[in-house]
Amino acid sequence: MKKNLIALATAALMVTGAQARTLVINTDDQNPAPKEAFTYAVDTFKAKYPDINVEWNNFDREGYKTRIRNFLTADAPDVATWYPGNRMAPFVDAGLFTDISDLWAAEGLDKEMSSVEATMTRDGKQWMVPYSYYQWGIYYRKDLFDKVGVDVPETWDQLLAASAKLKSNGITPFTIGSKFKWTTGGWFDYLNLRQNGYEFHMDLTAGKVKYTDPRVQATFDRWDELVSNGYFIENHATYNWQEGMAPMVQGDAAMYLIGNFAVAPFKEAGLTEDQLGFFQFPEITPGVPMAEDAPADAFFIPSGAKNVADAKLFIAHIASPEVQTEMNKILGQLPPSSQAQVGDDKFLKAGFDMLSGAYALAQFYDRDAPAAMAKAGMDGFQEYMVKPERREQILKNLDRVVDRVYK
Amino acid sequence: MFPEPIQKRSWLAQNLYRVALPVALIIWLLPLFAVMLTALRPAGDINAGNYWGMPSDILWYENFAEVIFNSEVGPYMINSIKITVPTMLGAVGIACLTGYALAVYRFKLNLFVFFMFIAGNFVPFQILMVPVRDLTIQLGLFNSMWGLVLFHVAFQAGFCTLFMRNFIKALPYDLIEAARIDGAAEWTIFSRIVLPLMRPAIAALCVLIFTFIWNDFFWATVLIQSEADMPVTGGLKALNGQWVARWHLVSAGSIIAALPPVFMFFAMQKHFIAGLTLGATKG
Amino acid sequence: MMLTTQQKRALTPWLFMAPGIVMFLVYVIWPIGQSLRLSFYQWDGLSPPTFIGWENYIELWYDPTFVVALKNNVIWLVLYMLAVPFGLFVALFLNQTVTGIRLVKSLFFFPFVISQVVVGLVFAWFYDPNNGLLNIVIGWFGMDPVSILADEDLVTYGIIAAGLWPQTAYCMILYLTGLNSVSPDVVEAGKIDGARGWSMLWHVVLPQLRPATFIAVVVTVIGALRSFDLIAIMTQGGPYQQSQVLAYYMYENALSEYGYRMGYGSAIATVLFLIMMVYIAGFLYKMYRDEQRS
Repeated sequence: MKKNLIALATAALMVTGAQARTLVINTDDQNPAPKEAFTYAVDTFKAKYPDINVEWNNFDREGYKTRIRNFLTADAPDVATWYPGNRMAPFVDAGLFTDISDLWAAEGLDKEMSSVEATMTRDGKQWMVPYSYYQWGIYYRKDLFDKVGVDVPETWDQLLAASAKLKSNGITPFTIGSKFKWTTGGWFDYLNLRQNGYEFHMDLTAGKVKYTDPRVQATFDRWDELVSNGYFIENHATYNWQEGMAPMVQGDAAMYLIGNFAVAPFKEAGLTEDQLGFFQFPEITPGVPMAEDAPADAFFIPSGAKNVADAKLFIAHIASPEVQTEMNKILGQLPPSSQAQVGDDKFLKAGFDMLSGAYALAQFYDRDAPAAMAKAGMDGFQEYMVKPERREQILKNLDRVVDRVYK
Repeated sequence: MFPEPIQKRSWLAQNLYRVALPVALIIWLLPLFAVMLTALRPAGDINAGNYWGMPSDILWYENFAEVIFNSEVGPYMINSIKITVPTMLGAVGIACLTGYALAVYRFKLNLFVFFMFIAGNFVPFQILMVPVRDLTIQLGLFNSMWGLVLFHVAFQAGFCTLFMRNFIKALPYDLIEAARIDGAAEWTIFSRIVLPLMRPAIAALCVLIFTFIWNDFFWATVLIQSEADMPVTGGLKALNGQWVARWHLVSAGSIIAALPPVFMFFAMQKHFIAGLTLGATKG
Repeated sequence: MMLTTQQKRALTPWLFMAPGIVMFLVYVIWPIGQSLRLSFYQWDGLSPPTFIGWENYIELWYDPTFVVALKNNVIWLVLYMLAVPFGLFVALFLNQTVTGIRLVKSLFFFPFVISQVVVGLVFAWFYDPNNGLLNIVIGWFGMDPVSILADEDLVTYGIIAAGLWPQTAYCMILYLTGLNSVSPDVVEAGKIDGARGWSMLWHVVLPQLRPATFIAVVVTVIGALRSFDLIAIMTQGGPYQQSQVLAYYMYENALSEYGYRMGYGSAIATVLFLIMMVYIAGFLYKMYRDEQRS
C-alpha cells in the first residue's frame, strides 16, 4: 500500500515535472516575413526538443514596445525579443534581464558575433543574443532615376543636384512617413553621422553635447537644404512608415531613407527587383569616416523566467549558424553570426558589403539615446520637418530635456 | 407638444419636412455608409485608389469572412463577451443590494455613502490607472479577464447604485412597511417584494453596462497585454496597425465589432433609453 | 452574543452594502489616494519609488507639452459643449409623429452606441489627405487637400468634431426624453401669452428642459475630460504633441513606449482630477439641494 502511494506520488511528480517543461516565448512582429521566421525558429526547436511544450505569443511591433514593461514586471515569459543598446539599459539596471554571459562563452558567441557584442553588453556582461540585423540607407526608384537622368549620388552635392533635378521633373525626391516619429530619427542620425562622425553621435546620445552646439546646428543646416526646398513629401506626419511607401510605389517620390525591412513590403506593393535600388547615404564632410546605423533585434531571458534551462536551449538554438541563416533568409535581413550565410538577395549583399566596410555601427537614435531623450528628440525632429522655422526653439527645448535626463 | 406637430403646419412645410428627414439622416450617417460601402469592396478597388467611385464588384460576405476566419477578430469577440457578461451581472447584482439599502434605510451616513458612489463614478480614469494596474498585478490577475472584470464591476457599481437607488426610492414605500408589519425578514422583503419590481431597472442597467464595457478601450489597454485575452476594441487597434491601408478589412472588422452593442440597442431600445435618460425628466 | 433588534436594524443596511462598498473602496477610493501620494515620487515602475517633494509639479510648470495639453483640454471643454445645443436642435427636429420616426430617431442615436475606437478609425479615414471623403468633397470646391490630423492648428478641432458626433447623439436622446414630458398645458398657456418660435423655446420650453440640460452638461463635461480613446486611435497626441490632452499625456508618460514615469504621470492625473473635482463638487451640491427638498 505504502509502495503504491509512493509510486503514485512519483507518477504525479513526473506528470507535473513534464508539464513544468513549458517554454513561453514572446515575440514582437506580426508582419508576414518575421512571423514566418519566428515560426521557423519555434518549429525547428520543437522538432529538436519534442518533450518541451512551447507556448509562443506574437505581438504587434508598436504595441509590444509598451507591453514589455507589463510582462517583465508582472507575468514574465521565459524568452522574449527586444532591442539591445540603451533600449535594454533600464531593464538590465532594474534587474529584469538574466545575465547570459555564460551562454556567450559556452557557445563561442564572442567570436561568432564579435561585431555586435558591444551593444549586447552592459556592465561587462552579455544580456541578449541577436537573431538578425539590418542596414539603413537610401532605397530608390531606379527607373525614375533613369527616366530623369540622374546617377546614384556619392556626395552631398550630388544628392542635392539629383534632388533638384527630380523635383524639376515633378518627382518629389524623398518620401517619409513620420506619424511614428522614429523615421525622423534615421534622418537625424545619418545627417549627423556624415556631418560630425560616429564619435560625435555617441557623445550626443550620451548627453555630453548640447543640441544648440554649433556642430548640431551644422547637421540641421544640411537638413534645411532638403526641407526648405520641398524635397520631402507633404503631409508626412499623417502617415506611418508603411503608408509613406505609397508615393514611391506610385512613382510620385523617388527615395526613402529607411531600414532594409522595407524591401519586403516594397515588393509586396508591386515594385520589382529592377525598379528598386539601394545606395549608401552619401558623404557630407569629406574625411569623416563612414559609420552606419545597423540596429540588431535580439532575444533575452527575463529574470522572472520560470524555465531558464530550456530558455537557454532556445537561445542557443537561435544562435546556431543554421537557424541564423534560415531565419534571415526568410526575413530578408543579415545574420549576426559570422558562421551563418548571407542570403543572395541583392539588397542583403549590398548591405553586407556596406556594413563590412563601415567605420563603426550605431544602433539607432532611439537605441543609443535614453528613452526620455529619444522621445523628446524625435518629437522635435518631426516638428522641425514640418515647421523648419522653429529650429532654434526646438533645439533650446531639447537642451532643457538634456539637463533633466542626464542629470 | 413642442415644436408644433408638423401635421398642423402648411402643406409645403409638411412636404419639406418629409424630404429633409431622410436627407439629414443620410448626412448624419455618412461616415457609416462610407464604412459599409468599403467593407463590400474588393481589395483591388482599394489598391487602385477607388474608394468612393462605383465598386468594381460587390462582395457581400467575402471581406467579413476574411476578417472572421483569417484574423483574430473571432477570438477578440469571444474575449469581449467573456469580459462584458460577468461585469454586467456583477455590477448590476451589487448595485441592487447597495441601491436598495440606500433607498430604504435611514441611517446617518446614508447620503455620505451615496455621494461617495456618485463622485467616484465621475473621476478621471487616469487617477486610478497606476494603482489599479499595480493592484491587479499583485492579485496575480494582470493580463487576465478577471482582473478587468473585477475593476469594471467595482467602478460601474457606482453608476448602477445611483440608478438603482433613485429607482427604488420612487417605488411605493407602503409595500415595504406592510411587509415589515407582517413580520417579514429584511432579506425576504428585498428578494420577494422589491426585487421583482426592479426588473425594468435591471434590464435597463444590463443593456447600458453591456454597451459601456463592450466599448471600453482604455482599461483593456492598461490591464490586458496578450492578444489571447484582448477584447475587440484593443484588438481592432492592433489589427489596424497590421492591416495598413487595407481599409476594406478595417471597415469589415469595425462593423463586426460594433454589431453586438448595436443589436443590444435595437433589441432593448426602450430600456436602453430609459437608463441613459435617467433624471432627464422631473419626478 | 445576541444582537438587540435595534442593533440588528442598524446593521442591516451595511450588510446589504458591504460588497459594493468594499469593491468601491479597493478599486476607486484607495487608488485615488495612492495616485495623489505617488505624484510626489519619482518611480519608473521597476525600482522602488523615491520621494521628491513638489519636483514633478515644478517640472509640469515648465513642460511645454503640459501647457499644450492643458490648453487643448480647455478647447475640448468649450467646443464639446456644442453637443448640448446641437443635441437640442436635432431633438426639436425629430420630435414629430410621422411614420417611421421611431426608426429615424434610433438611427440618429446610432453613433453613440458604437465604440469610440470605431469612431476614431472612421474619422481618421474620413480625414485622410489622399483618399479621405472630406478632401474629395472640398476638392469639388477647388480647394487643396488639407491633412487635418497632421496640421497642428487643425488637429484638435478635427478630433473634437469626431467626438461631437456620438456626443450630440447622446444629448439628443436626453432632450427627446425631456421634450416628451414637457407639459402641454404650459405650452398652451405660453401660446395664449403670445409666445411663438424662439421666444416659446427660450422662455417656456427650455425652463422645463432644465433637468435634461443639466444631465447633458454633466455627461459632456465628463466626456470632454475623459477624451482618451479618440486621441489614442487618431493621433497619439501628434503631430509633435500638438493634439495632446491631459488624459492621454498622463498615459503616455506613465505607460507608453518611452514613458514609465509613474510619478510624473500621477502628477498630471492629479491636475486632471482637481479640474474634474470642481464639476463633481458642483454636481454633488445640486444633488444635495434636491435631496434636502424631497
